[in-house]
Amino acid sequence: MDERRLDGNAVGGLLVEVFAFEATTAEGACDRCGAVAHVGEQMAYVTEIGTVVRCASCDNALIRIAQNPRGYFLDLRGISYLRFEGAP
Amino acid sequence: MAEIRRLTGRLAWRIGEVVETRPAAPRTRSLYLEVPGWEGHKAGQHVDVRLTAEDGYQAQRSYSIASAPEEGRIELVVEHLDDGEVSPYLTDELRTEDKLELRGPIGGWFAWEAREGGPLFLVAGGSGIAPLMAMIRHRAAAGSDAACRLLYSSRSREDTIFAGELDRLTASDGSLEVVYTLTRSQPSGWTGYARRIDDEMLAEVAPTPEQRPLVFVCGPTPLVESVATSLVGLGHDAGRIKTERFGLTGG
Amino acid sequence: MSAGFFSRGFRGRRRQTDDRLPPGQYLVDGFPVLSAGPTPRTPLETWDFSIVGEVDEPKRWTWEELRALPSEEVTRDIHCVTKWSKLGTRWEGVSVDTLLEGVETAAEYVTAFCDGGYTTNLPLEDVTGGRAWIAFSFDGAPLEPEHGGPARLLVPHLYFWKSAKWVRGLRLLTRDEPGFWESLGYHNYGDPWREQRYWGD
Repeated sequence: MDERRLDGNAVGGLLVEVFAFEATTAEGACDRCGAVAHVGEQMAYVTEIGTVVRCASCDNALIRIAQNPRGYFLDLRGISYLRFEGAP
Repeated sequence: MAEIRRLTGRLAWRIGEVVETRPAAPRTRSLYLEVPGWEGHKAGQHVDVRLTAEDGYQAQRSYSIASAPEEGRIELVVEHLDDGEVSPYLTDELRTEDKLELRGPIGGWFAWEAREGGPLFLVAGGSGIAPLMAMIRHRAAAGSDAACRLLYSSRSREDTIFAGELDRLTASDGSLEVVYTLTRSQPSGWTGYARRIDDEMLAEVAPTPEQRPLVFVCGPTPLVESVATSLVGLGHDAGRIKTERFGLTGG
Repeated sequence: MSAGFFSRGFRGRRRQTDDRLPPGQYLVDGFPVLSAGPTPRTPLETWDFSIVGEVDEPKRWTWEELRALPSEEVTRDIHCVTKWSKLGTRWEGVSVDTLLEGVETAAEYVTAFCDGGYTTNLPLEDVTGGRAWIAFSFDGAPLEPEHGGPARLLVPHLYFWKSAKWVRGLRLLTRDEPGFWESLGYHNYGDPWREQRYWGD
């Protein structure tokens, strides 16, 4: 258990900047363990250096986002797919 | 990897005006905001608030919306954190007619609409009551008769935000129950729970797994994780438990 | 949003600068914790530290073996890319020079690898010559898990994301491999005195 971790829900605002629409209800498949869950129920580690959304089942890094004067950097390599339910 | 353009649209930053502030507890304040163009929200969602100093420095935090979607203005509940950077400004400095930059509503995952029905089991730790209060108020405004039980942990009676309103609502609505636990000090004559939420308390207070409640837990991360783990241990379906962790302290 | 908007009366935390700090840094009182994942809890009985990769023979130490090596007390300033700095932090650790003694390699780079999967990359010369340690004590006490305990890499002349928490070994390489943050926009080298925070700096 980690006292600082949050639910994926907490990164909803940041994901809006990146994805154009509500991403916390999107369903993602972990490419390491295969678990499928909504982004909102994954584990989110949010710090000034960057944000990492990890699989609630196996802690694999699903989404990594860093933001700096050069722009947003997004890494989705931990996700096999993301399924969105449509425009909000 | 991809570099993404910034977006504009209804989830862009916009500016609301503080129309009222009200003490909610000894170190906690409610802020009421009018946000031009606000398109409504679902109970449980939050906003991101961004402060900008004159030298351009910015700080950003998330706050749950405590007001029901049916109300026009939105209410945020902010607890003063001693070493906080944003909360002392919101509780001590911000005043009516000030502007506040915010973005939202955000977080379709941790949300409840009356048409989803119940029964509802809500568990709040401290300022984690905020999104759950939105659900309770929305339930009342929508005329829902879904059974709703709230287990609310706070340090003392004085620290129990919305206590008066909750007492009024339970008095007039038999299908809404509130169980308080006061962890640090209790009024004389108190016969209720006086400790942190634990397995035994949940076994006594939570609906049974057979009732298949929709569960929403909100508060500091250790409380949320402990409650969620306990409920699963009591036989509740993990898929029907939604959590909103506030991190180390109330958000 | 609106250009020129600012929040009346907001000043943010007072940022204490100091002549001894690299550009853009400020002093902080506590010791902020920034973690990209859950705090690992590897029991000391199963913990080990390895030197692998471009070496004739991999090397490995158990916790007892590492603690039996000569260690030194190190007092240094540390600088985080998120702009906080602490002056005169006290550590105790085993010099990476000690761990690399006798290691023959053609490698010019290392990747530090850690419990939880975090990695960071450095030139081999930046972890040698008395510039890096495997640190197990901070401020006179065992390094706490949230700060990287039982042991972290300590490379104070670079931004502190290079001082990898929960380090379990060094992989020596002939090619540079950007690590966790270096592959996400953060500078590949990270010299605070040249303010190398991000790609292109």
